[in-house]
Amino acid sequence: MSTPQLPTTASPPEAQTFPNNDILDVDKPESDFVPSLTSIDDFMVWQDHLAESWEENKPCVRVCDGAGCRALGSQQVLEKLRAELAVTRLSVPVQIVGTGCPGFCEYGPLLTIYPERVSYQRVKPTDIPEIVRRTLAGGELIERLVYHDPQTGAQIHTEPNLPFYKKQKRLLLNLNGRIDPKRIQDYIALGGYSSLAHALAELTPEQIIGEIKASGLRGRGGAGFSTGIKWELCRKNVLKTGSGFVICNADEGDPGAFMDRSVIEGNPHSVIEGILIGAYAIGLLDRSSRKWGIQDGYVYIRAEYPLAVENLRQAIKQAEQAGLLGQNILGTGMNFKLHVRLGAGAFVCGEETALMASVEGRVGEPRPRPPYPAERGLFDLPTNINNVETWANIPLILHLGSQAYASTGIGRSTGTKIFSLVGKINNTGLVEVPMGITLREIIVDIGGGIPLGKKFKAAQLGGPSGGCIPAEHMDVSIDYESLTALGAIMGSGGMVVADEDTCMVDFARYFMSFIQQESCGKCVPCRIGTKAMLATLERICAGQGNPADIDYLLELAETINTSSLCGLGQTAPNPALSTIRYFRDEYEAHIFEKRCPAHVCKGLITYSVIPELCPGCMVCLRNCPTGAITGAKKQVHWINPELCTRCGMCKSVCNFAAIAVN
Amino acid sequence: MPYSISEINDILRAELLGEGSLIGALEAIQERCHYLPAEALILASEAFRVPLAQVYAVATFYNAFSLKPKGKHCLHVCMGTACHVRGSPQVLDRLETRLGIQAGETTSDRMFTLETVNCLGACALGPIVVADETYSGAMTAQKIDKLLKNLEHAKETPR
Repeated sequence: MSTPQLPTTASPPEAQTFPNNDILDVDKPESDFVPSLTSIDDFMVWQDHLAESWEENKPCVRVCDGAGCRALGSQQVLEKLRAELAVTRLSVPVQIVGTGCPGFCEYGPLLTIYPERVSYQRVKPTDIPEIVRRTLAGGELIERLVYHDPQTGAQIHTEPNLPFYKKQKRLLLNLNGRIDPKRIQDYIALGGYSSLAHALAELTPEQIIGEIKASGLRGRGGAGFSTGIKWELCRKNVLKTGSGFVICNADEGDPGAFMDRSVIEGNPHSVIEGILIGAYAIGLLDRSSRKWGIQDGYVYIRAEYPLAVENLRQAIKQAEQAGLLGQNILGTGMNFKLHVRLGAGAFVCGEETALMASVEGRVGEPRPRPPYPAERGLFDLPTNINNVETWANIPLILHLGSQAYASTGIGRSTGTKIFSLVGKINNTGLVEVPMGITLREIIVDIGGGIPLGKKFKAAQLGGPSGGCIPAEHMDVSIDYESLTALGAIMGSGGMVVADEDTCMVDFARYFMSFIQQESCGKCVPCRIGTKAMLATLERICAGQGNPADIDYLLELAETINTSSLCGLGQTAPNPALSTIRYFRDEYEAHIFEKRCPAHVCKGLITYSVIPELCPGCMVCLRNCPTGAITGAKKQVHWINPELCTRCGMCKSVCNFAAIAVN
Repeated sequence: MPYSISEINDILRAELLGEGSLIGALEAIQERCHYLPAEALILASEAFRVPLAQVYAVATFYNAFSLKPKGKHCLHVCMGTACHVRGSPQVLDRLETRLGIQAGETTSDRMFTLETVNCLGACALGPIVVADETYSGAMTAQKIDKLLKNLEHAKETPR
């Protein structure tokens, strides 16, 4: 199947209440006008019109306005840019667009000048007058703001040539950084909602489900269950009960993961379109009598993502206005309302049964499965839950066709996967890679390696439910099976990089303390087991580990894994298990030698001044929060180990590297 | 944040007419009052016709809710993995020492509440501290001192 061509005869026979020329009357393509579409034909006309007026080559400055760049001041950059352009006379008008996150967060705020796609990084508001004067008016490059390859020192001027993007395959993130997420027009101009129109006009639910199955798409939330089969099961049950729900799980709780946030922030309509196609394919009961089994859907999203919530709500409003959500969608008789539910800060609500309990207004506690949500879910009706990234893949599959989609990837893992690359890595950010790429390519080629030339130790995938992949397995292919074989999981896409300065025992302790705090407390193995594991790990980190502790941890892990109620508990021991598997020597150093090889665990380290290097500048002395440092000007200082809390402040402020950790 | 009963009732009414979500209503009240007053729980239980015990269960289950009044300035330290490996424990340490409170507590003058969050998803900028919804990235113990100074200064100027 190639790009869908919509025959004009495919629209339902209703009279067109919306005169086409009204759509074409829109004189300014930039206008915020959203027509109320009442037929698929109407939609096609509007889309053609928007596509024609979309000029990628128009002079335009795109500034990343995602949550990451906002924290770095992109709002001030945009403000200054607007103010500056308002008073500058340029030969050609230049448009300003605040976009979603293109992914290169480390170098934010990002500013890209179209049509040349000149990429400026770490732009400050004070740079704006110069950018306007020299680049926009003068056509000159500002070398200071372009990317300098840290390895070769070469300057890279344009966005497509940045090494960060070279090995990526950006199918889902393609529009992030190009469109204004607050405008449905941008999304539609670039082909958005045509998969929905195609589905409604031409495809039966069975055909759609067949396509999704054939594409090989597997749940991007982490477990990797076939999406097509999930839909098929749910559809069967919806046909039986006559009603059901679809849910988008945007409760991205894994620490170090922000893929879903960026997709919703940067391209919310792609998720809405996927949900709509799902509601149609799973919920259509009888077309001729216009019976729709799924008329309500929920997006359960974290309240910690205010910008994503804002953009999502705006997108839903615009889709409703355009007749793509609500009653009688595009004149097909389909009714579908999309509700937004904010998570209230409970990690366990990412688990599907807990999530549904939370949507119902109850405490977010999971319940045993089966029955699976496809059979008995929200309000006891069949419910299909998919993760944000999974939903965003749906329009893409229908657009490309299942075969073309499946040509990306390896084995039973098809398509692309978005990872948030964080931790000890040079190019922190959001990357979308084809399945089957190696971890080394992600870390070295895309991520630019480890800061300060340190050694890569491990990458943690799948957050607190996942495991780590050590340096010796860096050439592992990123696909569901290979990762599972190494004791890690694909997970939802958090990839946290640890270097030689990261203590893997402390790393495991961190995840265990996270899980222990987030355990809902309903089942005993998770509630008490994680507490016991945490206490053991804390003891080891404090230098009070017993020789039997490793075996004790393994035993606890097995019990928790086999007897916990939900995924949170079952996977809770994974970080500990995988660090024991690959870094047993670090555990043993803590337990037997009372030594933390990475110099992290406070109970096992001491800070001291290296007399030869200390010029006696008093900086550490002034900054020490506990007054543990004594000394006088131009005299070697001394740290009192009794008073020292090992906060590391002295080391971080010392300009002479005169603080040693042992 | 002084509030009135009628404001709470307005919030509840709006939610009942809209999405009708108990958690949504509590979130709105939390945002308005910076905590969930006991009266609000009772009113919510009446408005939504659910047992007070269930409202209480919900109010105490989710991290976003607090039954105790919070300080004027809320400081959230991100303890996500990325922030952790980049040194958020030291940042939290510094805040706890400077404010003389532990995470989850409020200073006795009700000026500062110090809390930890699990991940704000802005991992590229870790460690992150959010002070009254303003994100500060790449925090260090020194930057904390500056941040507190600015906030303390802000508290003297009447809003």
